[in-house]
Amino acid sequence: MKDIVEIRWHGRGGQGAKTASLLLADAAFNTGKFVQGFPEYGPERMGAPITAYNRISSERSSVHSNIYYPDYVVVVDETLLSAVDVTAGLKAEGAIVINSAKTPAELRPLLRGYAGKVCTIDAGKISQETLGKNFPNTPMLAAIVKVSGVVAVEEFIKDMDASFHHKFATKPQVIGGNMEALKRSMEEVTVG
Amino acid sequence: MSNLKAKDINETITWKEITLGCSVFEGGSAELVNTGDWRTIKPVIDMEKCKQCMLCVPVCPDMSIPVEEDGRRGEFNLFFCKGCGICAKVCPFDAITMIKDEK
Amino acid sequence: MGIRERLSGNEAIAVAMKQINPDVMGAFPITPSTEIPQYFSSYVDNGEVDTEFIAVESEHSAMSTCIGAQAAGCRAISATSSCGLSYMHEMLYVAASDRLPITLAVSCRALSGPININNDHSDAMSVRDAGWLMLFAETNQEAYDNYLQAMRIAEAVNLPIMICQDGFITSHAIENITLVEDDKVKDFVGEYKPEYSLLKGSMAVGPYATPAFYIEAKRQQAQAMIDAKDVIRSVSADFEKMTGRKYDLIEEYEMKDAERAIIIIGSSAGTAKEAIRGLRATGEKVGLIKIRSFRPFPAEEIARALKNVKVFAVMDKADSFNSHCGPIFAEVSAAMCVANINNPKGINIIYGLGGRDVRVESIERVFAQLDEIVKTGDVGESYRYLDVRE
Repeated sequence: MKDIVEIRWHGRGGQGAKTASLLLADAAFNTGKFVQGFPEYGPERMGAPITAYNRISSERSSVHSNIYYPDYVVVVDETLLSAVDVTAGLKAEGAIVINSAKTPAELRPLLRGYAGKVCTIDAGKISQETLGKNFPNTPMLAAIVKVSGVVAVEEFIKDMDASFHHKFATKPQVIGGNMEALKRSMEEVTVG
Repeated sequence: MSNLKAKDINETITWKEITLGCSVFEGGSAELVNTGDWRTIKPVIDMEKCKQCMLCVPVCPDMSIPVEEDGRRGEFNLFFCKGCGICAKVCPFDAITMIKDEK
Repeated sequence: MGIRERLSGNEAIAVAMKQINPDVMGAFPITPSTEIPQYFSSYVDNGEVDTEFIAVESEHSAMSTCIGAQAAGCRAISATSSCGLSYMHEMLYVAASDRLPITLAVSCRALSGPININNDHSDAMSVRDAGWLMLFAETNQEAYDNYLQAMRIAEAVNLPIMICQDGFITSHAIENITLVEDDKVKDFVGEYKPEYSLLKGSMAVGPYATPAFYIEAKRQQAQAMIDAKDVIRSVSADFEKMTGRKYDLIEEYEMKDAERAIIIIGSSAGTAKEAIRGLRATGEKVGLIKIRSFRPFPAEEIARALKNVKVFAVMDKADSFNSHCGPIFAEVSAAMCVANINNPKGINIIYGLGGRDVRVESIERVFAQLDEIVKTGDVGESYRYLDVRE
């Protein structure tokens, strides 16, 4: 892994893209990295496109701007592909990870000529089957960890297990489902 | 930093000596201010006419009409009396007269 | 040494408040500082602090609450932003002139209008003459460290202090931070033992002062601000002994042989450092001066640091709307004038208003403008806006 990895998240207000970016920052922090996790703030409206960012590095990054040339892009809602230029500035040697039931080959034509890796994961389906609800956050987080290698997979799994035990101390019945969602996502993410 | 008493603060004090934010370090410092000095006319009372009705006492804005231990009003406190004349106005028996003050 | 954590700037301030456990907080919520009293009120509710939390109906009342509490001999704190700070304006002057060392956390945000919730410094700059000490932070770490030093500085000179950081940019961004252990914070900050207070004896605070006394009081207040420079240095030195983290009135970055320099305040200093690293790698002699203490203003220090540059740009994240420059440019120019340093040419850059993102490329554009001045010898327009659509 190189010194700094920059990730941009696209989602819709209320879908948890911001929370996912903060969870990723947490996971990277727990493996000894320097992290930044921040959303682009404005009027907060359910369903409106939102952007969040991560910088993950081995030395502290002093930059306090948004990210214009990301190494990776995560799209939490595939309907954004037509509304937002999600691959703007995305490095060709990087990748885009999209929450979709479609294949990378099916989505590539929507990506305005992006030549790098296109990855898809059906986070909605995994979430429904493991958690019984549409919470695409957890599977998307696992998919970007797998694709970017920003955190080692075993460390990530161990850390998330500990963090779910802490977060869901009062409802331990959901821990298993969340862990299952993570693992399935890592297995099912399709790289094209 | 000083905590000077009001009696020690006057118009010769320097910026180094003045209290923080002009704080005043005692209560009742108004007792030190000789407002009687502002007076040009002063009240005099004719004790023959005074019926001790006490109407003048509460209307005095400077608390310059003391009530003695026996419950009767006393002489004016001219250290505070500004000579406003309200006492003379309210007196129903014309017992109080305002005269030119000779200091 | 220290506790490795990752916190947003607002959380970092709330944690500092918790570690200090002040006596009274008077607060009213406003974006983007709302989280500070929000986090802190949960510490109060959980019994982690024994602070009296007073939820008031406005910022005017929040500051009034602090004034009353501090005058009674308590440590009083608040937090605010933008219009909230404006609404405190009247009481800010009262706090300073009553010489009450209140601590106010400010997550800086643009003032209306157009209505905007994002970062610039128009709120803090608009109260710059209220008589408060003002420290600015580049990062969440600096916001936290400044807060831990705030009360010792303020209480030593009997002036209130604002701990400013950039709204959203650092207030809401999660970043690594090294916290100081609770017991060390307690030892460092110490107990508040005011020499005089309302509860200690007969005392009247905030009396009327006639023309015979008012200017003496103000001259004394001015002296406190002058004296604060040494106090900030000495408290910073103690802080460095405890944490190893060094602070001064200004930070000079790559200034030793710099020919072109910028003067900047707040989070964009970090972005500018990245730009400077890039330009230095190609042999360009560029540097920056970051202002940590805006009040007191480090006039001599800045003049000394700029003495040998060819050209400098003062970056103002607020405009004075005076038709020629922003507030920091005015102060820097006065500093240069008093120090009788006329050689460096200077321009003023108004930037980042209302959250306009400040990129590494933005700072590179400023250095390119300075390079143009060096090459042509012509300053041209000295009052410039950056990254604005023409």
